Amino acid sequence: MHKLGKQTLHFDNPPTIIETASIVGPKESEGPMAGYFDQCLDDEFWGEKTWEKAESKIIKETVNMAIAKSSISSADIDFCFAGDLLNQCISSSFGLREINIPFFGVFGACSTFVESMCLGSVFLESGAAKNVICATSSHFCSAEKQFRFPLELGNQRPPSAQWTVTGSGAAILSSNGNGPFITHITPGKIIDMGIKNANNMGAAMAPAAFDTLITHFEDTGRKPSYYDVIVTGDLGHIGKEIMQDLCKTKGYNINSNYDDCGVLIFDKSEQDTHSGGSGCACIGSVFSGYFFKQLRDKKINKILLIATGALMNSTSSQQGESIPGIAHAIAIENERI
Amino acid sequence: MNPIETPKQYSDYVDKKSPNSPIIKNCLIAFLIGGLICSIGQIIFDFCKYKGMEETPSNTVVSIVLIGIAAFLTGLNIFNKIGKIAGAGSLVPITGFANSIVSPAIEYKSEGYIMGVGGKMFTVAGPVLVFGISTSVIIGIICVLFNCS
Amino acid sequence: MDFIQSIDWMQMLRCFIVGGIICIIGQILIDKTKLTPARILVVFVTAGAILGGLGIYKYIIDFAGCGATVPLTGFGANLAKGAIEETQNSGLLGAFIGGVKSSAGGIAAAVFFGYLASLISKPKMKKQ
Repeated sequence: MHKLGKQTLHFDNPPTIIETASIVGPKESEGPMAGYFDQCLDDEFWGEKTWEKAESKIIKETVNMAIAKSSISSADIDFCFAGDLLNQCISSSFGLREINIPFFGVFGACSTFVESMCLGSVFLESGAAKNVICATSSHFCSAEKQFRFPLELGNQRPPSAQWTVTGSGAAILSSNGNGPFITHITPGKIIDMGIKNANNMGAAMAPAAFDTLITHFEDTGRKPSYYDVIVTGDLGHIGKEIMQDLCKTKGYNINSNYDDCGVLIFDKSEQDTHSGGSGCACIGSVFSGYFFKQLRDKKINKILLIATGALMNSTSSQQGESIPGIAHAIAIENERI
Repeated sequence: MNPIETPKQYSDYVDKKSPNSPIIKNCLIAFLIGGLICSIGQIIFDFCKYKGMEETPSNTVVSIVLIGIAAFLTGLNIFNKIGKIAGAGSLVPITGFANSIVSPAIEYKSEGYIMGVGGKMFTVAGPVLVFGISTSVIIGIICVLFNCS
Repeated sequence: MDFIQSIDWMQMLRCFIVGGIICIIGQILIDKTKLTPARILVVFVTAGAILGGLGIYKYIIDFAGCGATVPLTGFGANLAKGAIEETQNSGLLGAFIGGVKSSAGGIAAAVFFGYLASLISKPKMKKQ
């Protein structure tokens, strides 16, 4: 493991992502990605009494599913890195309190999935662990309740608003394996361009994703065309366009191989999700369900995964604070570099 | 492409980039639904008068009935669908006030009846009572001071 | 059938139009200012109370009936009207009693129905 440039780490023995799992809610099950997820729920409560319990159950079952699908037992997993959006990360800690794996609670808002994978791969590379599991979840109803309004309130959502994905994604990383390999990580800086509108998260987070992407290119000397796919977490339709424009101002053209999980997961015209999906589970479920399988089947070989997060809470937005964004990138490739 | 480096440049750029709400369509729907709700109120009011009630209690009956209907529709998970289409058309009439009290009551039921339903009931509508009642008290005091009657 | 015949349809039309226009003002506030629903409601109730206190709002009520009383501005105006009227009976004490007294029915109904709805209903996912 050594550092490249300002903030990128290159792994000499790159960790392998050996298995992933994804579970999503009913609305996601009607979207264009539905066929790729491991399990689609038809009830947001999943038989539980509260939204929070339902979200905990989703992350718990996703983690169990990832372990069951892989060839290793849970006793061989050394550490768990997980987080979510609810206060003090209760979905992850309540959902995973029975798995008996040493647990690190991670908060990076919607960037949690990649942040967990960054931390996990450093643990593997350093020799501190042989296998780790990284997981995240979000739930539309629990997120609305905590960040916005009660579900029964008859309010209108502005066109720039995004729809929190109900679901979870989990990935098992191992120091032994034949790929796909995590070859580089570029943890991002906190970037705040002064956006205050909590109904326009894509615009608040796009500058952070842009900063991380450009830094990754500068640190590694790579160009956008190096990757088969560059994918951001939950910038949505507006954020995706902003991202493309920002890259243009620096002379990078990413239009041909760039997409966003928030754009991919819902059908904007059919599902009335306005600017697209958001939430930890957006990139978590789309990577676990779709891109990982594409990598494993060698349909794509090089992907740069950039998870974006808005580091705010309901108090900060009521106090009129702007919304700082963060973005973490990992490069996943089928070839060892 | 112009440089986008300062927060000011970025904010101007984002404002241009973000789609606006379809305000003409929204206003038209708000007008129709809002007018309809007021007209339903007027029918109730006329009926009260027809039954020989005074004007002031008739108005109270109108409020109570509309609040009851809004609460009922909120409980059936219908009001939020109306509100999504109608916007201010269902928010500004007294139905919106009722919805803003009933919706947190239902949502926070999971935190128990005392601190959940009871405690959170006024999270959205509380400010309406605070500012409405405070303004009325100030007006009353001014009225006494200047002997306006 | 006597009741149907007794309805003043011109009054109904005025009610519809004025009520609709007040809602349009609210919609413009929502779309142009990004105010949250709670703030919109506060703006309307306060504006109504001030217009009621200045004695302007009663002309709108005379013209439009429920088109003026049903929107939250009417709730505000009713609070102000109650406070003013009560001061004539009980002086300064009336300023504190009048407002809530005149709108007690609406407030109690909202609280009671809210509680009732929470007993029988359970939160449900928005489909859109």
